[in-house]
Amino acid sequence: MGQVPALIVEDKMLTQSISIMEYLEETYPQNPLLPKEPLLRAKVREICEVIGSGIQPLQNLSVLQKIGDEKMEWGHYYINKGFFALEQLLAGCAGKYSVGDQVTLADCCLVPQVYNANRFKVDMSQFPIISRIHEALNSVEAFKAAQPSNQPDCPEDLK
Amino acid sequence: MTTPKPILYSYFRSSCSWRVRIVLAHKSIDYEYRPIHLLKKEQISIMEYLEETYPQNPLLPKEPLLRAKVREICEVIGSGIQPLQNLSVLQKIGDEKMEWGHYYINKGFFALEQLLAGCAGKYSVGDQVTLADCCLVPQVYNANRFKVDMSQFPIISRIHEALNSVEAFKAAQPSNQPDCPEDLK
Repeated sequence: MGQVPALIVEDKMLTQSISIMEYLEETYPQNPLLPKEPLLRAKVREICEVIGSGIQPLQNLSVLQKIGDEKMEWGHYYINKGFFALEQLLAGCAGKYSVGDQVTLADCCLVPQVYNANRFKVDMSQFPIISRIHEALNSVEAFKAAQPSNQPDCPEDLK
Repeated sequence: MTTPKPILYSYFRSSCSWRVRIVLAHKSIDYEYRPIHLLKKEQISIMEYLEETYPQNPLLPKEPLLRAKVREICEVIGSGIQPLQNLSVLQKIGDEKMEWGHYYINKGFFALEQLLAGCAGKYSVGDQVTLADCCLVPQVYNANRFKVDMSQFPIISRIHEALNSVEAFKAAQPSNQPDCPEDLK
């Protein structure tokens, strides 16, 4: 299908990032990325969804191609709008990271979206909580390893 | 210990609210319905929360790969289709909104039909109702609103037909909600 991300597990192909993340969380219980308490788990998933359904699909490649010339404004508009909502949400649940003081799936969704926000020239000074969390996550080893610039297929000029 | 009744803020034909209504009905969770005209996102996280806290009539299989398949379908619909045809985006698109909505539901349904070919049984994933079915039904309703040619999608259509006879799904239909206008019943 040429889709990314796609994870092959036991000859089966899994797509859709959040479903893949949940699968990994369930089958590799070490270093959990979901809290134990149901309401906190719901909060993590809420943030994942605000980003994964509320922002990302509206600025992904396929939609931008359809929008055409106005794509910068379109992408900027939706990330900006989504970040206002996210900032409010985080005001109620963030600690050191998005939900409390442990890294969660919410943080895994936040970092890539901030990268895109910068690509669409979103004014991040409007979002101090998102910015602070993003800064903190950038020093976490797993997050550094996952950065685009550290991937084998990253072009030299973007490293 | 008695837990207070959950309160659901819902709009009768918001597909997001609708998915949650199905889960509530399926698990026979008594809840208070509060109509609201704001469209609320983040419904899949609510469905997962309900699934975790009300384990009766489970809507996720036990086996991890099957669970992943259910969530994959939820996400194809919840991230791949619904956000591109929700009210806010359609308002921004303006005059071309019918074509836009039609385009994205059609595109998404092609992907969904292929996915279902690999995992559907009586319902979306195997023979038990799952969260995937809760996402499918509202999206088919929207497909019809945007005049998508459902004959292109025999698997989706068959599953939708089967789900329409399930009690929880009937209870959750927009036409059965307190805030549904008379002329849309």
